Amino acid sequence: MTTATSETLTLNKSETKKAPKSLWRHAFHTIVSDKLACVSLVIVAVYFLVAILTFLGVLAADWNVEVGSAYAAPSMDNIFGTDFLGRSVFLKTIKGTETAVAIGLATAAIALIIGTTLGAVAGYFGGIVDEVIVWFYTTFSAIPFIMLLVSIAFIMGKGTSTVFISLGITSWVGLCRVVRGEVMKHKDREYTHAATAIGAGHTRKIFKHILPNISHVLIINFSLTFESAIKAEVILSYLGLGVQGRPSWGTMIDDSKLELARGVWWQLGAATFAMFVIVLAFNILGDALRDALDPKLKGK
Amino acid sequence: MNLYSYIFRRLLYVVPVLLGVCLIIFVIFNVVAPDPAFILLGRHATIEQIATLHRELGMDRPFIVQYIDIVKSAFTFDFGYSWSSKQQIWEMIKAGAGPSLTITLPLFILSNVLSISIALLVAFYRGKLIDKVVLLVSIAMMSIPSLAYILFGQWFFAAYLGWFEIAGYEPGFPNFIPYTLLPVLLYVAISWGPETRFYRSVILDEVYQDYVRTARAKGVSELSVMFKHVLKNAMIPILTQIILQIPFLILGLLLAESFFSIPGLGGIIIKAINTSDFPVIKAMTILSAIGFILFGVITDVLYTVVDPRMRLK
Repeated sequence: MTTATSETLTLNKSETKKAPKSLWRHAFHTIVSDKLACVSLVIVAVYFLVAILTFLGVLAADWNVEVGSAYAAPSMDNIFGTDFLGRSVFLKTIKGTETAVAIGLATAAIALIIGTTLGAVAGYFGGIVDEVIVWFYTTFSAIPFIMLLVSIAFIMGKGTSTVFISLGITSWVGLCRVVRGEVMKHKDREYTHAATAIGAGHTRKIFKHILPNISHVLIINFSLTFESAIKAEVILSYLGLGVQGRPSWGTMIDDSKLELARGVWWQLGAATFAMFVIVLAFNILGDALRDALDPKLKGK
Repeated sequence: MNLYSYIFRRLLYVVPVLLGVCLIIFVIFNVVAPDPAFILLGRHATIEQIATLHRELGMDRPFIVQYIDIVKSAFTFDFGYSWSSKQQIWEMIKAGAGPSLTITLPLFILSNVLSISIALLVAFYRGKLIDKVVLLVSIAMMSIPSLAYILFGQWFFAAYLGWFEIAGYEPGFPNFIPYTLLPVLLYVAISWGPETRFYRSVILDEVYQDYVRTARAKGVSELSVMFKHVLKNAMIPILTQIILQIPFLILGLLLAESFFSIPGLGGIIIKAINTSDFPVIKAMTILSAIGFILFGVITDVLYTVVDPRMRLK
């Protein structure tokens, strides 16, 4: 009898040893084994590095300097040609990376904070709180994204902070909806009840216990918001509500509407290409992350 | 619960949402927005001029009255007059809706037919090379900003190659086609990526369900599984996606219309933004929100018709 028990015990032990891989380990392995996702990860890392280096002034600090005649075509000296002031389009594109990454990060961070807080509060407390928050985001999402974005950017006036804030406060609804649903599921799980039993308060339960368990949702959403913010900046630039005083891919694309008639295509080409590569990398990475982190698809 | 009481309940929920939309618009334009007197009168206006203008615009009235005005306009469609063109806004909208529809309607049909059929095709060959290529191409195409499509397309296909009209518009059925052809094709290219990807994933969600396995097990052919079983069940998300595009048909194409000089609603919005025309922006925001809310109700009701299980929830 005793041997039998010890046998079951050892059996259980060995079972837990090669137990199902943790979500993050599984995700890591999935992404590493996916070549396309690996390449995307490297590309995103390079863009971030370039952004940090330009921010520190190591790269493209002299983007504002005249390097040749106006609208010089791409050549060995200026590989992407020059703009209307004779500035190097290549350096502007590099400098634009900083702007793009800043916009992506700021927007995704604002959306993350608003979406997670409202979603978690609604899902956790339920009742009237839930109804008010659901009403709020239903109302918010009833106004088409573009109209809301334009209205908010419009009344805030020109400026870089306008781009951050207007994109941030128009991008949280999707996340809020998902977080609410997930928190609703998790608040009745055993681990949450266990936390209640040992005397954890509401805030502790939400932030220490439930949110880490739904962090995959937040990460997937972060990458999604990041890339759509970079794309949306172009529209704001076109409407004259974009970033001021420093180059951004959006303003470069917008500038080219007057240049194309003269056959000046390089500014449009450079900015579109720079944006294309990082947005594509984020899209592929986002898909890979979703496949890797979504428990429903796990093992498929 | 029967269908009619469901519809009634669903419509009842429209009221608080619509009031909320009006509240957001009110907060943005009547509370937070900079004083329109500076926009309309310029820098050197006297205090009397500003006061007269405030009275004319009704800005000296209490906030609650101004809010009720916005709510009223959402029901009567009386949005007042444009600040820049002095025209009645409802008339402007009626005039702009036609030209907008001449691009958005063909676009709507073309892009949905194209992306749904391609999505079905690649779902049929899921995991094979063609599926991977289509997925990669659609992700690549959605990674290019729409403005770049328009700028490049207009310059390359219309100005450089001369295949299409560069810009302009003529009303009347066959006359507008040469002008709308290029914007429609460009927008088909813009929307093809995200739509194909969405429809593909919706169809694939169904492909792995148990009932599909059962159908295969009892010997139903793969083609019949695809069209009779998978497509029928995938119809719910597909329908939602299609119906929720309809309110945007009326809104027009914000970017393309001003580039191609099409006198539609998208162009009106751009012009209103450039001239700080508050009433026009407010009107367009309210109208598009109303469209979005109403079509949301329609989808929900259609759900319950298509799938009676939904009604119980």
